[in-house]
Amino acid sequence: MTKFNIAVLVRDKAGVLNRVTSMFRRRRFNIDSLTVSETETDKYSRITVTFSGEENTKDQLVSQLYKLPDVVKIKEFTPDDSVSCELLLIKMKNDAASRDDISAAATAFKAKTVNYTKDAIILKVTGESKKIDEFIKIMRDYNILEICRTGVVSLEVGGETITKE
Amino acid sequence: MKLSGSDILIKTLIEQGVDVVFGYPGGQVINIYDSLYKYQDEIQHVLSAHEQGAAHAADGYARATGKVGVVIATSGPGATNLVTGIATAYLDSVPLVAITGNVRTDQIGTDAFQEIDIAGITLPITKHNYVVDSVEELADTIREAFKIASSGRPGPVLVDIPKDIQVAKFDYVEQPMITPDAKSAASDAEIAKAVEIINEAERPFVYVGGGVITSNATEEVIALADTIDAPIGCSFMGISAIPTDHPRYLGMQGMHGHFASSQSMHHADVIIALGARFNDRVTGNRAKFAKKSKIIHIDIDKAEIGKMGSMVNGVNGDIKLTLEKLIPLLKKTTKPEWQKQVDEYKVKEAARDDHRTTLSPKVAITTLNKYLAPNTPIATDVGQHQMWAAQYADFKTPRRFISSGGLGTMGYGMGGAIGAYFGTKEHAVLVTGDGSFGMCLNELATAVTNNIPLVILLLNNGVLGMVRQWQTLFFDKHYSNTVLDRKTDFVALTKAFGGDAAKADTVEELNKALEKAFSTNGVFLIDCAINKDEFVLPMLPPGGSMDDIIVKVGD
Repeated sequence: MTKFNIAVLVRDKAGVLNRVTSMFRRRRFNIDSLTVSETETDKYSRITVTFSGEENTKDQLVSQLYKLPDVVKIKEFTPDDSVSCELLLIKMKNDAASRDDISAAATAFKAKTVNYTKDAIILKVTGESKKIDEFIKIMRDYNILEICRTGVVSLEVGGETITKE
Repeated sequence: MKLSGSDILIKTLIEQGVDVVFGYPGGQVINIYDSLYKYQDEIQHVLSAHEQGAAHAADGYARATGKVGVVIATSGPGATNLVTGIATAYLDSVPLVAITGNVRTDQIGTDAFQEIDIAGITLPITKHNYVVDSVEELADTIREAFKIASSGRPGPVLVDIPKDIQVAKFDYVEQPMITPDAKSAASDAEIAKAVEIINEAERPFVYVGGGVITSNATEEVIALADTIDAPIGCSFMGISAIPTDHPRYLGMQGMHGHFASSQSMHHADVIIALGARFNDRVTGNRAKFAKKSKIIHIDIDKAEIGKMGSMVNGVNGDIKLTLEKLIPLLKKTTKPEWQKQVDEYKVKEAARDDHRTTLSPKVAITTLNKYLAPNTPIATDVGQHQMWAAQYADFKTPRRFISSGGLGTMGYGMGGAIGAYFGTKEHAVLVTGDGSFGMCLNELATAVTNNIPLVILLLNNGVLGMVRQWQTLFFDKHYSNTVLDRKTDFVALTKAFGGDAAKADTVEELNKALEKAFSTNGVFLIDCAINKDEFVLPMLPPGGSMDDIIVKVGD
């Protein structure tokens, strides 16, 4: 099992995300995360997909994606040739017993407190998925009320772009 | 000149070379039907009995001609009735454009009368689909639909047109017919690798799939087999690509394939698969399939190469163009030992073959063969009769076997035969069974009304024979719901629809009926009695390998 990270440039049209995810569901591709965003042009949107699987599965996924007429370009990223990051919002129960420990962990992970009430603390963490996984793992020792994370976004390092041939 | 959306639609269809469409009117396509009325001298509309029949007819037309078939249906149930037809076309890579009406754009999403999200429903069974948002983009959307349906590996495209778009007016400027995306041969590197493997082959097998028909590559495939002295077999979808009487042709292989074809493929050291997709009906137990062979897979669809996870040498390109480059690079060889081995399989097949001369399923099909013209399209439904037709019917011309392979749609045949007739204008044949025929026999009305010369050979055994065969072999003869026990008089039924019909219980009666049927300029059904315990043989049990093949009942 290898972790794959694939950027998909698609035409910015209603229903494109549905087409992509419908294909994933139908062909039973198991996705770890999927993000959609605007790009530098209003013609295209960009989907970042991460998943774990065999090389053959990845080739299938890419070939099947290319069969969707709305898919313009696909690029596969490795940790060496790209930067990736995601964002986590986590709401912790605010109580005297755990407040200091949570705060210490937040400092170590450079997490930012974005909301503080007497009942709850909301922390924001950005970084690679591994860092976020680790932070959540530590927080599990305390009382997590809610978690929301964005999924991975990635860009290639250097002057290359997905639209450049 | 400003035209209404519905006029623009019909003008664009005419511009794209469409001279016949199949369909059924309804509330949200009245405008489109008004435009069909207006342009009836330029485009013919064939009214079906049910939208499913119209979809199958458009599919049969496309299979027989290679052109894009067009079907029109109204919103809601009209659109959902197309679904089986669209899925049938999708699984067999048939170029189809389905046009549906829908409620006004301001009503979409409100569950208005006969509103359905047909674009959502058909998402996984179309190459692409559209909901047209404005009349400005209507003509180009239709053109793009034709381009996508016919490019690369063909398939169905659906265009959903809300009522207000049909009414709105816009300029129509005629454009030339679209050309499908240019096809190309595989890369030199992939071809070189394939050449290296083929040149070392001692027991090569050429395996023909439906892609050979799409690519129009019959000549090149035969040239390939001649160059390397290989036998040729095919998948179900490859039937009619190679003339049945060609000396290298062993017929269909797979679950109900010819013994010699299946054995040759199983024992080949190199399998050259052309536009085939290694379906489970072909391979049986995939882990045991062609374990010792190298597979070269030439296919225009990159996603098919290696889809099944097996180690194959992928050659991604159009079959015809790729073979044109590949064949000159091959060593011309003869392989007398391999041919001897293949001949032995053929002798074994002949020895185990059904030698009855009374009215067996095989005799029914081989008797039919005597009446076929070189271009006769033979449509089928799905089940035992379909396999017997696949095994024993003679084909001289590609695109003359009109049958649902991938989806296995019972009820396909009547529509398929009607469409094939409109595509070829040849006296058409439908081989069907009493189970399948019961599903869509309402299309008899379409065939009679349009005065279609159609011979329906109904192999009538009173049971759902294919399921019964499985129940006999694998379910302790529990004939659960497969004994039809119906009282239908198919001769009287056909006559009630306005056609002609006869019963045939002996070979002599069958000959007499076929003579009359082929000289009738209209629908003629032959109700041909078949024993309910006839088997389709050989049979590779599901999940089995070539070593488990059943050639005789009691094996």
